[in-house]
Amino acid sequence: MSWNRKILRVNLTAGTCTPEPLNMEWANDYLGSRGLGTKYLTEEIDPKVDPLSPENKMIMATGPLTGTMASTGGRYTVITKGPLTGAIACSNSGGFFGAEMKFAGWDMIIFEGKSPKPVYLYVENEKAELRDAAHLWGTTCWHTEETIKAELQDPLVRVSSIGRSGENQVLFSCIVNDLHRAAGRSGVGAVMGSKNLKAVALRGTQGVSGVKDFPAFLKAANAAKQVLKDNAVTGQGLPKYGTQVLMNVINEVGALPTRNHRDVQFEEAGKISAEAMHEKRPTDGKAHLITNAACFGCTIACGRISQLDKGHFTVQNKPEYWGASGGLEYESAWSLGASNGVGDLEALQYANMLCNEDGFDPITFGATVSAVMELYELGILTKEQIGIEAPFGSAKALAYLAEITAQGIGFGKEVGLGSKRLTAKYGRPDLSMSVKGLEFPAYDGRGIQGIGLNYATSNRGACHVRGYTVASEVLGIPVKTDPLATEGKPGLVKAFQDATTIFDSAGVCLFTSFAWSVADVQPQVQAACEGDWSMEKMAIVGERIWNMERQFNLAAGFTAKDDNLPPRLTTEPAKTGPAKGRVNELGKMLPEYYEVRGWTPEGVPTAETLARLGL
Amino acid sequence: MQKSLHIDPGKCTGCLQCEMACSYEHTGVINPSKSRIKVFDFEHEGRKVPYTCTQCSEAWCMQSCPVDAIVLDPATGAKVVKEATCVGCKVCTISCPFGTINYMADVGKVQKCDLCGGDPECAKACPTGAITYIDASWTGLDRMRAWAAKANTAAAA
Repeated sequence: MSWNRKILRVNLTAGTCTPEPLNMEWANDYLGSRGLGTKYLTEEIDPKVDPLSPENKMIMATGPLTGTMASTGGRYTVITKGPLTGAIACSNSGGFFGAEMKFAGWDMIIFEGKSPKPVYLYVENEKAELRDAAHLWGTTCWHTEETIKAELQDPLVRVSSIGRSGENQVLFSCIVNDLHRAAGRSGVGAVMGSKNLKAVALRGTQGVSGVKDFPAFLKAANAAKQVLKDNAVTGQGLPKYGTQVLMNVINEVGALPTRNHRDVQFEEAGKISAEAMHEKRPTDGKAHLITNAACFGCTIACGRISQLDKGHFTVQNKPEYWGASGGLEYESAWSLGASNGVGDLEALQYANMLCNEDGFDPITFGATVSAVMELYELGILTKEQIGIEAPFGSAKALAYLAEITAQGIGFGKEVGLGSKRLTAKYGRPDLSMSVKGLEFPAYDGRGIQGIGLNYATSNRGACHVRGYTVASEVLGIPVKTDPLATEGKPGLVKAFQDATTIFDSAGVCLFTSFAWSVADVQPQVQAACEGDWSMEKMAIVGERIWNMERQFNLAAGFTAKDDNLPPRLTTEPAKTGPAKGRVNELGKMLPEYYEVRGWTPEGVPTAETLARLGL
Repeated sequence: MQKSLHIDPGKCTGCLQCEMACSYEHTGVINPSKSRIKVFDFEHEGRKVPYTCTQCSEAWCMQSCPVDAIVLDPATGAKVVKEATCVGCKVCTISCPFGTINYMADVGKVQKCDLCGGDPECAKACPTGAITYIDASWTGLDRMRAWAAKANTAAAA
């Protein structure tokens, strides 16, 4: 099996690093990464634990295909109990860090306890030690990564770190690796900060040697790469336009949440789209986009590398932001842009760079700014409280709020709470566009009904990468369904949610699923891993992982009442576009969803379902 | 026809499939740290550049080796390290102006690109055509064709 069969347990309280054998029985039941890491977490922590206490644990986990030649096989997942939601938090990231963990000889690192002082973990193959990070504390992810590489005199070391936001317990902090890749959502960076763990630096020179049947694996991996190449989305659309290819598409279908979901279409969508990133700026004659870029092993290369206009108000006297940097991807262009009514591409990229630099989730940050702007327009928040006039459409307010959130000063501390806590504080919890405390991503549940059901039921709160039914409802992958219909959506949502766990647990990128189905992942896993990895088993494992996460959340105190949507989505009809007049009909879909899941009407897996899934 | 590796950095996305393929071919392990081709990421410029041995005709490494451990493969033109002969003196690593021959501390020998005996794995693994294996006498052919295409002639009817 392409496992190293070895995990590293880091007790931050005691300052110890101890190797342990990987539980191969669990690997056989939960595949890897998201599934296997979650199994470890749920076995080791009390679901009711305070996410920011030493009793919570944080796991960094690779999958069996991580570090192999499988396309996109470079991903790793951070699993913990999330501070933003109180639910299972499970955020995966690309870049090169995950593969390096595998090359260093480890499958997984489990962090427990809390260090008495700031430290970072340094791993060089079997050598693992905690090192002093006092000099890194209070600095950004970018500074931390650069400093560690310089100190070690090793440009090849791979680093994951938190910025000031993770230290300051901003509840939507990320863990950033390779400068602009992030385990982005649910606030995993705040958990890392609560443990006084600043960074993890890895250097691995042992490689991956355990692929079970290499010729068969290579054949499967090459066939799957060909599928990606031949597909219009993964072969042409994503490399050229990135995920931003969606901006105009989703605006057209009337599902681009705008001004805190007041609207579903943004009149300036074209100005913040993929196409706009390719256009030459009138100011300096350069295009915003420099090139595309790949994560480890990825043959799609959807990543965007851009360069700001040096004369733009956000960076006029800040040459440190003039170089090439990651972004904009669709989610951040939407959350910072359309969601706030801001059509200034340069301002969005500036805010996005601050998110990467100091490690906070641009989706939740942008959506929280949207709530602030609505509260400002309603007169509930004032210029004096915020520190700036903050109407919808203000690029200046966006840039300012990003700066103070990154630095953790003034009103930035309130933004750092996320929209749920912030709107509740000002008496308008209905204005938080979130589920279970996690803010919506860039698709409106009124114009795309199935994604609304997925948001309501996703195990980490409103999240598109838990069950991306947009693929079917908008893009026709694998088959086209009507985005405005509710019929058949419960089954569709379940199918997408279960399949997604397989991609996440194998160690490949979900974006392959624009072209791949589980049937393209399965032969690669089967060739790489010992044991039975048939399609039948994959189906069971996928559903098992979903239900395991659900059980954790139920034990943490969530109930069916939390499988909901904000009233705006279910009572305020879309004003324009194809979905005009529609709300999300969650009430119609949810009971059937519970039924197809084999759950009680209260949303609890039945004994029969648990037995069927071996839980 | 003798062929050579041809690198077009503009097409490189930095995915490292070449490094994985190279290391697997030579060591049986997927291990970019053992790759003889390396991809450099100039992240603040947004450029990625794969780099490996150009197989110099009058190879500095071959000339400088005191034990004749680096020999010409007449079929491919590659300068190949005979591991059994190499004594790990590292003189070649000093003489190579490009840094593409390197000492492996764990085995005490040097390693460099050997063109995989005439079928380089890196070129086969590259998903974007940034690394190709083409006629050594005509590495400029594509560039010539691109310029030729700009010639101002009447299109055929």
